[in-house]
Amino acid sequence: MTIAFYVAAAVALIATFLVISRRSALHALLYLVTSLLAIAVVFFLLGASFAAALEVIIYAGAVMVLFLFVVMMLNLREWEQEHRPHLTAVDWLGPGLLVAVLLCEMVVMLTAGLPAASGAHPVGPKEVGIVLFGPYLLTVELASMLLLAGLVGAWHLGRPEVARTAEESA
Amino acid sequence: MTGVPIEQALYLASALYVMGLLGLLLRRNLVFMLLSLEIMLNAAGLAFVAAGARWGQADGQIFYMLIITLTAAEVAIGLALILEIHHRFRTLDADVLSGMKG
Repeated sequence: MTIAFYVAAAVALIATFLVISRRSALHALLYLVTSLLAIAVVFFLLGASFAAALEVIIYAGAVMVLFLFVVMMLNLREWEQEHRPHLTAVDWLGPGLLVAVLLCEMVVMLTAGLPAASGAHPVGPKEVGIVLFGPYLLTVELASMLLLAGLVGAWHLGRPEVARTAEESA
Repeated sequence: MTGVPIEQALYLASALYVMGLLGLLLRRNLVFMLLSLEIMLNAAGLAFVAAGARWGQADGQIFYMLIITLTAAEVAIGLALILEIHHRFRTLDADVLSGMKG
């Protein structure tokens, strides 16, 4: 149980160190996804299974894919000039090995039975939902306002420059 | 209590936070600076979840969800700004971009 935590923590630390030390943003992204998956395992071991699912779905899934799109768009021209392969097989080795460690850990946990969560008791999605839409209802509204602001801002910045300057001068 | 001790989870969170801070201070590429911000926000979320698990309360996970919301909005705006900067200045080096027009 504690061993599983230490393994996941070591994977997270190694992957995070490799994120900030890579030269290529694409390789850094691969390691960051690995690091986020390791932290998801830590969440699961802490008894926060809902946070673990959110980490995988939203962080490692949506946010990192957004990053990946932008990095690919930025690097497209440079790669066309240099004719360098985007990702070689060696680039996958590091993240693949680290994720394989997490996979082994997960298989061991599933076969040996789910571990007892730390703390008082595991906090499941139902409990989180009840509190979220009870005392924290106003916070949900604030979060939706924040997301709306993000949406409008990204839409404004993403428009072609011609349309934006025409609107500002009008 | 046989589970993960909260001290260890908080050590992990602070180590991740320091790594993100180092990345933010040492790297000059805007994409890497945004990635480092992600690491730091995630470490803060880990501290929240660890504290919530220690007391068996759902509040930690709720604040983690709020951090995720913040991250999503921040990434959308930040990446749009990065695309615009790259389009306009043809570079993502923060040192080159340090000058202002006025």
